[in-house]
Amino acid sequence: MQSIISVANLSKTYASGFQALKRIDLEIRRGEIFALLGPNGAGKTTLIGIICGIVTPSEGRVLVDGHDIVTDYRAARSMIGLVPQELTTDAFETVWATVTFSRGLFGKPADPTHITKILKELSLWDKKDSKIMTLSGGMKRRVLIAKALSHQPQILFLDEPTAGVDVELRKDMWQVVRSLRDSGVTIILTTHYIAEAEDMADRIGVINNGDIILVEDKVELMRKLGTKQLTIELQKQLDAVPDALAAHRLTLSADGGNLVYTYDTQSERTGITALLAELNHAGIRFRDLHTTQSSLEDIFVDLVRQDR
Amino acid sequence: MTLNLRAIRAIYLFEMARTWRTPLQSILSPVISTSLYFVVFGSAIGSRITEIDGVSYGAFIVPGLIMLLLLTQSVSNASFGIYFPKFLGTIYELLSAPISFIEIVLGYVGAAATKSIILGLLILATAWLFVPLRIEHPVWMLAFLVLTAVTFSLFGFIIGIWADGIEKLQTVPLLIITPLTFLGGTFYSIGVLPPIWQTLTLFNPVVYLVSGFRWSFYGIADVDVGISLAVTLLFLALCLVAVWWIFKTGYRLKN
Ligand SMILES: Nc1ncnc2c1ncn2[C@@H]1O[C@H](COP(=O)(O)OP(=O)(O)OP(=O)(O)O)[C@@H](O)[C@H]1O
Ligand SMILES: [Mg+2]
Repeated sequence: MQSIISVANLSKTYASGFQALKRIDLEIRRGEIFALLGPNGAGKTTLIGIICGIVTPSEGRVLVDGHDIVTDYRAARSMIGLVPQELTTDAFETVWATVTFSRGLFGKPADPTHITKILKELSLWDKKDSKIMTLSGGMKRRVLIAKALSHQPQILFLDEPTAGVDVELRKDMWQVVRSLRDSGVTIILTTHYIAEAEDMADRIGVINNGDIILVEDKVELMRKLGTKQLTIELQKQLDAVPDALAAHRLTLSADGGNLVYTYDTQSERTGITALLAELNHAGIRFRDLHTTQSSLEDIFVDLVRQDR
Repeated sequence: MTLNLRAIRAIYLFEMARTWRTPLQSILSPVISTSLYFVVFGSAIGSRITEIDGVSYGAFIVPGLIMLLLLTQSVSNASFGIYFPKFLGTIYELLSAPISFIEIVLGYVGAAATKSIILGLLILATAWLFVPLRIEHPVWMLAFLVLTAVTFSLFGFIIGIWADGIEKLQTVPLLIITPLTFLGGTFYSIGVLPPIWQTLTLFNPVVYLVSGFRWSFYGIADVDVGISLAVTLLFLALCLVAVWWIFKTGYRLKN
């Protein structure tokens, strides 16, 4: 299947001389939710800006559904909706007027039914005649989403859509995103709430210092890089890990009450059975056992730290 | 290349809505402040000033005053129109839309010029109440009106792109346009100036605008009307080149 967005050898050096993107290659698959993660200043917004036409690339090429973003920008851009990171809205216009304006700007005929539907989905319907400046930050964020959806884009960029949005509305928003995906829209999002990416994304990309350091299927990524830990709560505290168990590379918690065993989920034998047998043999009694799995957040932090 | 007409319409209507939202400030106040000149110079003092080339003083200054209004209003409307999206950041939407700079210019400049033309016609109608007007060449009068409104809206658009602060935005109309217009023969025929000043005045482009516009009213001109037209078209061409260059380079619009 042909990628819907194809980024090749893309670099960006700002006028200040700062190189924000370093020869990036990236393929976005049709219909997926792609989460782009990276620390502050990694280059996420720059990358999105280039694809959407706001930032001029220094080098490289981007195709959107086969249309070059520079030479065939009309075709490329008409497919894309963008929700920017900054809360940049008009002030004196009404919600209805600004969303209608966006649709016209993208060359689509007026469609009040569609706009009504979007405003209702985003819980903005009762605010449709309010001036934007009278709205709260979270509401403004939703106005930006409504603007991006007003022209029925096939690709939606969400640059930190949940910053400053309360829990309830965040859920609603992800509901909207899911239903968009179900209708075939490709979604690229950035977020600093990594749990969100873990929940929502089909694939994850990690960018750091202008380099894409990883692109991976989410499930695969969790399986490959995820580790599991078995925590054994002891009946009696220990001073040190007994020599007999040294081969298992156990760690002892600070209070001496727990033994922690880290194992690889991918290997055929986890070694748990053997470990438990040896514990028994060494006469160490335990009260309870539990396992924890590393989250995407742990994986992300590890990756970025290693890359430094 | 096909233009995105709906986008031009969207920008145009959006900009016009901005005007209608503040009718007092954007329509009434320029009309009243210009009309004060007719009242003062037309009725009060005008009767004591001798006619110029057979035209009463009150009537003589009307074309120049309309020009003054056209220039300042066109420049400030068009420059604010594009400066605000830059300032607020909403320009992201224009840049990411499937439109070229041509649609942006047509939308913003079209709206600013429309507003100036409406104001110009309102002032003309008001002037009729206070001073004896006649228009010898109505078609040329309208042509100069539209041409000036469009040219200076384009000029304003360029200023709005160039300005990186509100101060620069206000400087140009206040420190350049207004003095040039006052010194450009709005209130006098440049024939009354000493010879050296007459020559210097010819470097003031507004002289040609005012002179041509006044010719369309009374058939009298300081400079040949053909030259007036040529200078106006030349300035329009310069503005178009500047806009084309901004379009090519993304000057002050894109990183
Ligand atoms: N207009 C600009 N001129 C110069 N440097 C810039 C400009 N815009 C961004 N940068 C720099 O480029 C780098 C990448 O910025 P970018 O906004 O793409 O990061 P980001 O990944 O979106 O970060 P965040 O998570 O904070 O939003 C940063 O170091 C930033 O300082
Ligand atoms: Mg960012």
